[in-house]
Amino acid sequence: MSSATGVALHRIAAGLLRRELLLAWRRPGESLNPLLFYLLVGSLFPLGIGPDAAFLARIAAGVIWIAALLALLLSFDNLFRADHDDGTLEQFLLSPCPLYFLVLVKLAAHACIVGLPLLLATPLLGLMLALPAPAIGTLLCTLLLGVPTLVMLGGVGAALTLGLRRGGLLLSLLVLPLYVPVLIFGASAVQATQSGLPVTGHLAFIGALLAATLVTTPFAIAAALRISGG
Amino acid sequence: MALHPVRSALTAGGRRRAYRFSRVDAPHPPGAPFLCDPASGSRYNQPPQSGSEPILVQSAEQSIDAVPLLQAVGLGCERDDRTLFRRLDFAVQGGELLEVRGRNGSGKTTLLRMVAGLGEPDEGELRWRGRPLRRMRAELGSELCYLGHLPAIKETLTARENLRFAMQLKGCCASERIDAALAESGLRGFEDLPCRQLSAGQRRRVALALLRLLPARLWILDEPFTALDRQAVAQLEQWIEAHRAQGGAVLLTTHQPLGLGSAWRTLTLGESVA
Repeated sequence: MSSATGVALHRIAAGLLRRELLLAWRRPGESLNPLLFYLLVGSLFPLGIGPDAAFLARIAAGVIWIAALLALLLSFDNLFRADHDDGTLEQFLLSPCPLYFLVLVKLAAHACIVGLPLLLATPLLGLMLALPAPAIGTLLCTLLLGVPTLVMLGGVGAALTLGLRRGGLLLSLLVLPLYVPVLIFGASAVQATQSGLPVTGHLAFIGALLAATLVTTPFAIAAALRISGG
Repeated sequence: MALHPVRSALTAGGRRRAYRFSRVDAPHPPGAPFLCDPASGSRYNQPPQSGSEPILVQSAEQSIDAVPLLQAVGLGCERDDRTLFRRLDFAVQGGELLEVRGRNGSGKTTLLRMVAGLGEPDEGELRWRGRPLRRMRAELGSELCYLGHLPAIKETLTARENLRFAMQLKGCCASERIDAALAESGLRGFEDLPCRQLSAGQRRRVALALLRLLPARLWILDEPFTALDRQAVAQLEQWIEAHRAQGGAVLLTTHQPLGLGSAWRTLTLGESVA
Protein backbone atom coordinates (compact mmCIF):
# COMPACT_ATOMS: atom_id res chain seq x y z
CA MET A 1 0.00 0.00 0.00
CA SER A 2 1.24 3.42 -0.77
CA SER A 3 -0.28 6.77 0.06
CA ALA A 4 -0.92 9.58 -2.37
CA THR A 5 2.57 10.91 -1.92
CA GLY A 6 4.14 7.65 -2.93
CA VAL A 7 5.71 6.86 0.40
CA ALA A 8 7.17 3.39 0.62
CA LEU A 9 5.54 1.97 3.72
CA HIS A 10 7.82 -1.03 3.95
CA ARG A 11 10.82 1.27 4.20
CA ILE A 12 9.23 3.29 6.99
CA ALA A 13 8.23 0.07 8.75
CA ALA A 14 11.77 -1.31 8.50
CA GLY A 15 13.22 1.96 9.81
CA LEU A 16 10.85 2.10 12.75
CA LEU A 17 11.34 -1.57 13.61
CA ARG A 18 15.09 -1.13 13.45
CA ARG A 19 14.97 1.91 15.70
CA GLU A 20 12.74 0.23 18.29
CA LEU A 21 15.04 -2.80 18.47
CA LEU A 22 18.10 -0.56 18.67
CA LEU A 23 16.56 1.46 21.52
CA ALA A 24 15.69 -1.72 23.39
CA TRP A 25 19.20 -3.04 22.83
CA ARG A 26 20.80 0.16 24.17
CA ARG A 27 18.48 0.20 27.19
CA PRO A 28 18.09 -3.49 28.01
CA GLY A 29 16.74 -2.79 31.51
CA GLU A 30 13.41 -1.52 30.28
CA SER A 31 12.63 -4.61 28.27
CA LEU A 32 14.07 -7.05 30.81
CA ASN A 33 12.08 -5.72 33.80
CA PRO A 34 8.81 -7.36 32.70
CA LEU A 35 10.65 -10.64 32.17
CA LEU A 36 12.15 -10.58 35.68
CA PHE A 37 8.76 -9.64 37.12
CA TYR A 38 7.16 -12.55 35.27
CA LEU A 39 9.72 -15.04 36.55
CA LEU A 40 9.56 -13.73 40.11
CA VAL A 41 5.78 -13.67 40.37
CA GLY A 42 5.57 -17.12 38.79
CA SER A 43 8.11 -18.58 41.17
CA LEU A 44 6.47 -17.04 44.26
CA PHE A 45 3.51 -19.38 43.89
CA PRO A 46 5.33 -22.68 44.43
CA LEU A 47 7.17 -21.04 47.32
CA GLY A 48 3.97 -19.80 48.91
CA ILE A 49 1.76 -22.81 48.26
CA GLY A 50 4.25 -25.57 48.90
CA PRO A 51 5.53 -28.52 46.86
CA ASP A 52 2.15 -30.10 46.18
CA ALA A 53 2.74 -30.99 42.52
CA ALA A 54 -0.86 -32.02 41.77
CA PHE A 55 -2.30 -28.80 43.18
CA LEU A 56 0.37 -26.63 41.50
CA ALA A 57 -0.31 -28.26 38.14
CA ARG A 58 -4.02 -27.47 38.55
CA ILE A 59 -3.47 -23.75 39.16
CA ALA A 60 -0.38 -23.40 36.92
CA ALA A 61 -2.16 -22.21 33.79
CA GLY A 62 -4.01 -19.45 35.61
CA VAL A 63 -0.91 -18.39 37.54
CA ILE A 64 1.28 -18.17 34.45
CA TRP A 65 -1.35 -16.33 32.45
CA ILE A 66 -1.93 -13.79 35.24
CA ALA A 67 1.82 -13.32 35.73
CA ALA A 68 2.28 -12.73 31.98
CA LEU A 69 -0.62 -10.32 31.92
CA LEU A 70 0.70 -8.27 34.84
CA ALA A 71 4.25 -8.30 33.45
CA LEU A 72 2.97 -6.91 30.14
CA LEU A 73 0.92 -4.32 31.97
CA LEU A 74 4.15 -3.04 33.55
CA SER A 75 5.63 -2.34 30.13
CA PHE A 76 2.82 -0.19 28.76
CA ASP A 77 3.31 2.93 30.81
CA ASN A 78 6.43 3.80 28.85
CA LEU A 79 5.13 2.59 25.49
CA PHE A 80 4.37 6.04 24.04
CA ARG A 81 5.58 8.23 26.91
CA ALA A 82 9.24 8.37 25.92
CA ASP A 83 8.30 9.33 22.36
CA HIS A 84 5.80 11.85 23.68
CA ASP A 85 8.30 13.48 26.04
CA ASP A 86 11.10 13.96 23.51
CA GLY A 87 8.90 15.10 20.62
CA THR A 88 9.20 11.99 18.45
CA LEU A 89 5.45 11.47 18.69
CA GLU A 90 4.89 14.86 17.04
CA GLN A 91 7.03 13.68 14.15
CA PHE A 92 4.97 10.46 14.01
CA LEU A 93 1.85 12.58 13.68
CA LEU A 94 3.51 14.61 10.92
CA SER A 95 4.76 11.66 8.93
CA PRO A 96 3.24 11.19 5.48
CA CYS A 97 2.75 7.59 6.55
CA PRO A 98 -0.66 6.85 8.16
CA LEU A 99 -0.43 6.94 11.94
CA TYR A 100 -2.26 3.63 12.43
CA PHE A 101 0.42 1.93 10.40
CA LEU A 102 3.21 3.40 12.52
CA VAL A 103 1.28 2.33 15.62
CA LEU A 104 0.94 -1.20 14.29
CA VAL A 105 4.68 -1.44 13.60
CA LYS A 106 5.57 0.02 16.98
CA LEU A 107 3.30 -2.41 18.81
CA ALA A 108 4.66 -5.32 16.79
CA ALA A 109 8.15 -4.28 17.87
CA HIS A 110 6.95 -4.02 21.47
CA ALA A 111 5.38 -7.48 21.29
CA CYS A 112 8.72 -8.85 20.07
CA ILE A 113 10.85 -6.99 22.60
CA VAL A 114 8.71 -7.67 25.68
CA GLY A 115 6.54 -10.63 24.67
CA LEU A 116 9.16 -12.89 23.14
CA PRO A 117 11.34 -13.13 26.29
CA LEU A 118 8.20 -13.98 28.30
CA LEU A 119 7.38 -16.73 25.84
CA LEU A 120 10.91 -18.10 26.04
CA ALA A 121 10.82 -18.13 29.84
CA THR A 122 7.44 -19.86 29.98
CA PRO A 123 8.69 -23.48 29.81
CA LEU A 124 10.85 -22.76 32.84
CA LEU A 125 7.88 -21.46 34.82
CA GLY A 126 5.82 -24.42 33.59
CA LEU A 127 8.38 -26.83 35.02
CA MET A 128 8.45 -24.94 38.32
CA LEU A 129 4.69 -25.27 38.56
CA ALA A 130 4.78 -28.98 37.68
CA LEU A 131 2.96 -28.55 34.39
CA PRO A 132 3.20 -31.65 32.11
CA ALA A 133 4.91 -31.22 28.73
CA PRO A 134 1.76 -31.28 26.50
CA ALA A 135 0.17 -28.63 28.68
CA ILE A 136 3.30 -26.44 28.36
CA GLY A 137 2.97 -26.79 24.57
CA THR A 138 -0.64 -25.60 24.69
CA LEU A 139 0.32 -22.81 27.07
CA LEU A 140 2.94 -21.59 24.59
CA CYS A 141 0.39 -21.66 21.76
CA THR A 142 -2.13 -19.65 23.79
CA LEU A 143 0.54 -17.13 24.80
CA LEU A 144 1.76 -16.84 21.22
CA LEU A 145 -1.74 -15.78 20.15
CA GLY A 146 -2.64 -14.02 23.37
CA VAL A 147 0.39 -11.81 24.02
CA PRO A 148 -0.01 -9.76 20.79
CA THR A 149 -3.69 -9.32 21.68
CA LEU A 150 -2.75 -8.07 25.14
CA VAL A 151 -0.14 -5.71 23.65
CA MET A 152 -2.66 -4.22 21.22
CA LEU A 153 -5.23 -3.69 23.98
CA GLY A 154 -2.57 -2.28 26.27
CA GLY A 155 -1.61 0.14 23.53
CA VAL A 156 -5.13 1.58 23.61
CA GLY A 157 -4.83 2.15 27.37
CA ALA A 158 -1.34 3.62 27.02
CA ALA A 159 -2.48 6.03 24.30
CA LEU A 160 -5.54 7.12 26.28
CA THR A 161 -3.58 7.78 29.48
CA LEU A 162 -0.67 9.49 27.71
CA GLY A 163 -1.75 13.00 28.66
CA LEU A 164 -1.89 12.13 32.36
CA ARG A 165 1.15 12.48 34.54
CA ARG A 166 0.46 9.43 36.70
CA GLY A 167 -1.59 7.31 34.37
CA GLY A 168 -0.25 3.95 35.54
CA LEU A 169 -3.13 2.96 37.80
CA LEU A 170 -5.79 4.24 35.43
CA LEU A 171 -4.10 2.29 32.67
CA SER A 172 -4.48 -0.93 34.68
CA LEU A 173 -8.11 -0.17 35.45
CA LEU A 174 -8.82 0.52 31.78
CA VAL A 175 -6.98 -2.43 30.35
CA LEU A 176 -7.49 -5.29 32.83
CA PRO A 177 -11.23 -5.75 32.15
CA LEU A 178 -10.41 -6.05 28.45
CA TYR A 179 -7.96 -8.83 29.26
CA VAL A 180 -10.63 -11.06 30.82
CA PRO A 181 -11.71 -12.96 27.66
CA VAL A 182 -8.09 -13.67 26.66
CA LEU A 183 -7.28 -14.84 30.18
CA ILE A 184 -10.34 -17.12 30.37
CA PHE A 185 -9.71 -18.83 27.05
CA GLY A 186 -5.93 -18.97 27.54
CA ALA A 187 -6.10 -20.62 30.93
CA SER A 188 -8.97 -22.93 30.06
CA ALA A 189 -7.16 -24.18 26.94
CA VAL A 190 -4.33 -25.43 29.14
CA GLN A 191 -6.77 -26.99 31.59
CA ALA A 192 -8.51 -28.70 28.67
CA THR A 193 -5.18 -30.23 27.59
CA GLN A 194 -4.62 -31.48 31.13
CA SER A 195 -8.05 -33.13 31.09
CA GLY A 196 -7.36 -34.68 27.69
CA LEU A 197 -9.92 -32.53 25.85
CA PRO A 198 -9.42 -30.90 22.43
CA VAL A 199 -8.15 -27.31 22.54
CA THR A 200 -8.77 -26.19 18.95
CA GLY A 201 -11.90 -24.31 19.96
CA HIS A 202 -10.09 -22.33 22.63
CA LEU A 203 -7.20 -21.53 20.34
CA ALA A 204 -9.59 -20.51 17.56
CA PHE A 205 -11.31 -18.13 19.94
CA ILE A 206 -8.03 -16.53 21.07
CA GLY A 207 -7.03 -16.27 17.41
CA ALA A 208 -10.32 -14.54 16.66
CA LEU A 209 -9.66 -12.08 19.49
CA LEU A 210 -6.22 -11.41 18.05
CA ALA A 211 -7.64 -10.81 14.57
CA ALA A 212 -10.29 -8.48 15.94
CA THR A 213 -7.85 -6.40 17.99
CA LEU A 214 -5.32 -6.34 15.18
CA VAL A 215 -7.74 -4.68 12.78
CA THR A 216 -9.48 -2.33 15.20
CA THR A 217 -7.03 -1.15 17.85
CA PRO A 218 -4.46 0.60 15.59
CA PHE A 219 -7.18 3.04 14.52
CA ALA A 220 -8.31 3.57 18.11
CA ILE A 221 -4.72 4.11 19.27
CA ALA A 222 -4.01 6.52 16.42
CA ALA A 223 -7.12 8.54 17.29
CA ALA A 224 -6.19 8.59 20.99
CA LEU A 225 -2.62 9.66 20.19
CA ARG A 226 -3.90 12.54 18.08
CA ILE A 227 -5.96 13.75 21.01
CA SER A 228 -3.66 13.19 23.96
CA GLY A 229 -0.28 13.26 22.27
CA GLY A 230 -0.71 15.98 19.70
CA MET B 1 7.13 52.09 3.19
CA ALA B 2 3.48 51.28 3.63
CA LEU B 3 2.13 48.53 5.73
CA HIS B 4 0.95 45.30 4.38
CA PRO B 5 -2.71 45.30 3.44
CA VAL B 6 -4.00 42.61 5.76
CA ARG B 7 -5.32 43.57 9.07
CA SER B 8 -7.91 41.78 11.06
CA ALA B 9 -9.62 42.69 14.26
CA LEU B 10 -11.38 40.87 16.97
CA THR B 11 -13.36 41.50 20.06
CA ALA B 12 -12.39 39.41 23.02
CA GLY B 13 -13.50 39.90 26.58
CA GLY B 14 -14.86 43.32 25.82
CA ARG B 15 -11.49 44.53 24.57
CA ARG B 16 -10.80 45.18 20.96
CA ARG B 17 -7.63 43.49 19.86
CA ALA B 18 -6.20 43.07 16.46
CA TYR B 19 -3.46 41.20 14.78
CA ARG B 20 -1.72 42.94 12.08
CA PHE B 21 0.48 42.14 9.25
CA SER B 22 3.30 44.48 8.59
CA ARG B 23 6.69 44.55 7.08
CA VAL B 24 9.34 44.13 9.68
CA ASP B 25 11.27 47.01 8.20
CA ALA B 26 8.19 49.19 8.11
CA PRO B 27 6.87 50.32 11.46
CA HIS B 28 3.11 50.33 11.52
CA PRO B 29 1.89 53.87 10.79
CA PRO B 30 -0.95 54.76 13.12
CA GLY B 31 -4.18 55.33 11.26
CA ALA B 32 -3.10 53.46 8.17
CA PRO B 33 -6.13 52.44 6.14
CA PHE B 34 -7.72 49.03 6.38
CA LEU B 35 -7.51 47.41 3.04
CA CYS B 36 -9.62 44.48 4.05
CA ASP B 37 -12.84 44.22 5.93
CA PRO B 38 -11.83 42.73 9.26
CA ALA B 39 -15.09 40.85 9.59
CA SER B 40 -14.88 39.07 6.28
CA GLY B 41 -12.56 36.38 5.12
CA SER B 42 -9.07 36.65 3.74
CA ARG B 43 -8.37 39.46 1.37
CA TYR B 44 -4.74 38.82 1.37
CA ASN B 45 -4.39 38.25 -2.31
CA GLN B 46 -6.25 41.27 -3.48
CA PRO B 47 -4.20 43.62 -5.61
CA PRO B 48 -2.55 46.49 -3.78
CA GLN B 49 -4.54 49.68 -3.84
CA SER B 50 -1.76 52.09 -3.07
CA GLY B 51 1.26 52.69 -5.18
CA SER B 52 3.75 52.32 -2.36
CA GLU B 53 2.96 48.68 -1.68
CA PRO B 54 6.01 46.64 -0.67
CA ILE B 55 7.04 44.10 -3.23
CA LEU B 56 7.17 40.69 -1.69
CA VAL B 57 9.98 38.34 -2.43
CA GLN B 58 9.08 36.58 -5.62
CA SER B 59 10.15 33.13 -6.59
CA ALA B 60 9.97 31.80 -10.10
CA GLU B 61 7.12 29.48 -9.19
CA GLN B 62 5.12 32.02 -7.29
CA SER B 63 4.20 34.07 -10.30
CA ILE B 64 2.69 31.02 -11.99
CA ASP B 65 1.18 29.57 -8.86
CA ALA B 66 -1.75 31.75 -7.85
CA VAL B 67 -2.83 29.52 -4.97
CA PRO B 68 -0.78 30.26 -1.86
CA LEU B 69 1.15 27.40 -0.36
CA LEU B 70 -0.43 27.94 3.01
CA GLN B 71 -3.48 29.97 3.82
CA ALA B 72 -5.31 30.69 7.04
CA VAL B 73 -8.86 31.96 6.89
CA GLY B 74 -10.54 33.39 9.97
CA LEU B 75 -8.41 31.29 12.29
CA GLY B 76 -9.34 31.32 15.94
CA CYS B 77 -8.10 29.55 19.02
CA GLU B 78 -9.15 29.45 22.65
CA ARG B 79 -7.31 27.87 25.53
CA ASP B 80 -9.04 27.47 28.88
CA ASP B 81 -11.61 30.20 28.14
CA ARG B 82 -8.85 32.55 27.07
CA THR B 83 -8.91 33.74 23.51
CA LEU B 84 -5.45 33.50 22.01
CA PHE B 85 -6.41 34.81 18.60
CA ARG B 86 -9.46 35.17 16.42
CA ARG B 87 -10.17 35.97 12.79
CA LEU B 88 -6.58 35.55 11.85
CA ASP B 89 -5.99 35.65 8.13
CA PHE B 90 -2.68 35.15 6.42
CA ALA B 91 -1.14 33.42 3.48
CA VAL B 92 2.36 32.21 2.80
CA GLN B 93 3.70 31.79 -0.69
CA GLY B 94 6.74 29.86 -1.80
CA GLY B 95 9.89 31.88 -1.11
CA GLU B 96 8.35 33.80 1.77
CA LEU B 97 9.26 33.94 5.40
CA LEU B 98 6.64 34.75 7.98
CA GLU B 99 7.88 35.56 11.44
CA VAL B 100 5.24 35.08 14.12
CA ARG B 101 5.80 37.49 16.95
CA GLY B 102 4.18 37.97 20.28
CA ARG B 103 4.83 37.90 23.98
CA ASN B 104 5.23 34.65 25.90
CA GLY B 105 1.88 32.90 26.03
CA SER B 106 0.41 34.82 23.14
CA GLY B 107 -0.20 31.63 21.16
CA LYS B 108 2.78 31.48 18.80
CA THR B 109 3.51 27.81 19.40
CA THR B 110 -0.20 26.99 19.32
CA LEU B 111 -0.49 28.67 15.94
CA LEU B 112 2.57 26.90 14.57
CA ARG B 113 1.33 23.52 15.80
CA MET B 114 -2.03 24.24 14.23
CA VAL B 115 -0.42 25.02 10.90
CA ALA B 116 1.60 21.81 11.12
CA GLY B 117 -1.64 19.89 11.67
CA LEU B 118 -0.91 18.98 15.30
CA GLY B 119 -3.90 20.88 16.61
CA GLU B 120 -7.30 21.76 15.26
CA PRO B 121 -8.32 25.41 15.07
CA ASP B 122 -11.38 26.25 17.14
CA GLU B 123 -12.70 28.32 14.28
CA GLY B 124 -11.65 29.12 10.74
CA GLU B 125 -9.75 26.98 8.34
CA LEU B 126 -6.23 26.28 7.21
CA ARG B 127 -5.53 25.44 3.62
CA TRP B 128 -2.53 23.75 2.14
CA ARG B 129 -2.17 24.47 -1.59
CA GLY B 130 -5.74 25.73 -1.58
CA ARG B 131 -7.31 22.64 -0.05
CA PRO B 132 -8.41 22.08 3.56
CA LEU B 133 -5.48 20.98 5.68
CA ARG B 134 -7.52 18.27 7.40
CA ARG B 135 -7.72 16.34 4.14
CA MET B 136 -4.14 17.08 3.11
CA ARG B 137 -2.32 15.52 6.08
CA ALA B 138 -0.25 13.03 4.12
CA GLU B 139 0.59 15.56 1.40
CA LEU B 140 1.57 18.20 3.94
CA GLY B 141 3.50 15.58 5.92
CA SER B 142 5.84 14.88 3.06
CA GLU B 143 6.36 18.58 2.32
CA LEU B 144 6.73 19.83 5.86
CA CYS B 145 9.65 19.97 8.24
CA TYR B 146 8.46 20.91 11.71
CA LEU B 147 10.96 21.54 14.48
CA GLY B 148 9.25 22.28 17.75
CA HIS B 149 10.52 22.91 21.24
CA LEU B 150 11.19 19.21 21.64
CA PRO B 151 14.05 18.11 19.41
CA ALA B 152 12.70 14.57 18.75
CA ILE B 153 16.13 13.13 19.47
CA LYS B 154 16.73 9.88 21.31
CA GLU B 155 19.57 10.17 23.78
CA THR B 156 20.71 6.59 23.39
CA LEU B 157 20.96 6.81 19.61
CA THR B 158 23.80 8.49 17.78
CA ALA B 159 23.33 11.63 15.71
CA ARG B 160 23.51 9.59 12.53
CA GLU B 161 20.93 7.05 13.73
CA ASN B 162 18.59 9.80 14.88
CA LEU B 163 18.75 11.55 11.53
CA ARG B 164 18.39 8.35 9.56
CA PHE B 165 15.20 7.49 11.42
CA ALA B 166 13.82 11.01 11.10
CA MET B 167 14.36 10.78 7.35
CA GLN B 168 12.83 7.32 7.10
CA LEU B 169 9.77 8.60 8.96
CA LYS B 170 9.31 11.12 6.17
CA GLY B 171 9.73 8.42 3.56
CA CYS B 172 13.22 9.59 2.55
CA CYS B 173 16.05 7.18 2.09
CA ALA B 174 19.03 9.25 0.94
CA SER B 175 20.95 8.44 4.09
CA GLU B 176 24.36 8.88 2.43
CA ARG B 177 23.92 12.65 2.76
CA ILE B 178 23.59 12.51 6.55
CA ASP B 179 27.31 12.82 7.26
CA ALA B 180 27.60 15.81 4.94
CA ALA B 181 24.65 17.51 6.64
CA LEU B 182 26.12 16.85 10.07
CA ALA B 183 29.45 18.26 8.96
CA GLU B 184 27.64 21.32 7.63
CA SER B 185 26.05 21.92 11.00
CA GLY B 186 29.43 21.68 12.66
CA LEU B 187 29.17 18.16 14.03
CA ARG B 188 31.97 16.48 12.13
CA GLY B 189 33.43 13.84 14.39
CA PHE B 190 30.28 13.62 16.53
CA GLU B 191 28.33 11.37 14.15
CA ASP B 192 28.74 8.21 16.18
CA LEU B 193 28.43 9.57 19.69
CA PRO B 194 25.20 8.87 21.57
CA CYS B 195 23.25 12.13 21.70
CA ARG B 196 23.29 11.85 25.49
CA GLN B 197 26.91 13.01 25.34
CA LEU B 198 26.15 16.06 23.20
CA SER B 199 25.45 19.50 24.62
CA ALA B 200 22.06 21.16 24.29
CA GLY B 201 23.30 23.28 21.41
CA GLN B 202 24.81 20.30 19.64
CA ARG B 203 21.53 18.37 19.96
CA ARG B 204 19.76 21.35 18.51
CA ARG B 205 22.21 21.25 15.61
CA VAL B 206 21.46 17.57 15.06
CA ALA B 207 17.76 18.39 14.82
CA LEU B 208 18.47 21.31 12.50
CA ALA B 209 20.64 19.17 10.22
CA LEU B 210 17.36 17.56 9.19
CA LEU B 211 16.49 20.76 7.37
CA ARG B 212 19.33 20.03 4.95
CA LEU B 213 18.18 16.47 4.41
CA LEU B 214 14.44 16.62 3.85
CA PRO B 215 13.04 17.88 0.56
CA ALA B 216 10.51 19.94 2.50
CA ARG B 217 8.71 22.88 0.96
CA LEU B 218 7.55 24.42 4.23
CA TRP B 219 9.71 24.80 7.31
CA ILE B 220 7.96 25.47 10.59
CA LEU B 221 10.55 26.42 13.16
CA ASP B 222 9.52 27.11 16.73
CA GLU B 223 12.32 29.08 18.42
CA PRO B 224 15.01 27.49 16.26
CA PHE B 225 17.80 29.67 17.62
CA THR B 226 17.46 28.47 21.20
CA ALA B 227 20.76 27.19 22.60
CA LEU B 228 22.64 27.89 19.36
CA ASP B 229 25.92 29.79 19.34
CA ARG B 230 26.44 32.78 17.08
CA GLN B 231 28.06 30.75 14.34
CA ALA B 232 25.20 28.26 14.24
CA VAL B 233 22.65 31.09 14.19
CA ALA B 234 24.39 32.59 11.15
CA GLN B 235 24.50 29.16 9.54
CA LEU B 236 20.78 28.61 10.07
CA GLU B 237 19.98 32.05 8.68
CA GLN B 238 22.01 31.16 5.64
CA TRP B 239 20.06 27.90 5.26
CA ILE B 240 16.80 29.82 5.54
CA GLU B 241 17.93 32.18 2.77
CA ALA B 242 18.92 29.26 0.56
CA HIS B 243 15.62 27.52 1.24
CA ARG B 244 13.68 30.64 0.28
CA ALA B 245 15.77 31.12 -2.86
CA GLN B 246 14.67 27.63 -3.91
CA GLY B 247 11.02 28.58 -3.47
CA GLY B 248 10.56 27.18 0.02
CA ALA B 249 8.45 28.86 2.65
CA VAL B 250 9.39 29.40 6.29
CA LEU B 251 7.20 30.05 9.30
CA LEU B 252 9.13 30.77 12.45
CA THR B 253 9.03 32.29 15.89
CA THR B 254 12.00 33.76 17.63
CA HIS B 255 12.79 36.30 20.28
CA GLN B 256 16.09 37.17 18.68
CA PRO B 257 16.54 39.72 15.93
CA LEU B 258 16.75 37.98 12.58
CA GLY B 259 19.72 38.82 10.42
CA LEU B 260 18.45 38.00 6.97
CA GLY B 261 19.52 39.59 3.72
CA SER B 262 16.10 39.69 2.10
CA ALA B 263 12.86 41.10 3.41
CA TRP B 264 10.32 39.10 5.32
CA ARG B 265 6.95 39.62 6.89
CA THR B 266 5.84 39.49 10.47
CA LEU B 267 2.61 38.53 12.14
CA THR B 268 2.17 39.89 15.63
CA LEU B 269 -0.14 38.04 17.96
CA GLY B 270 -1.95 39.49 20.93
CA GLU B 271 -1.49 43.10 20.01
CA SER B 272 -4.13 45.45 21.27
CA VAL B 273 -5.42 48.19 19.04
CA ALA B 274 -6.41 51.39 20.76
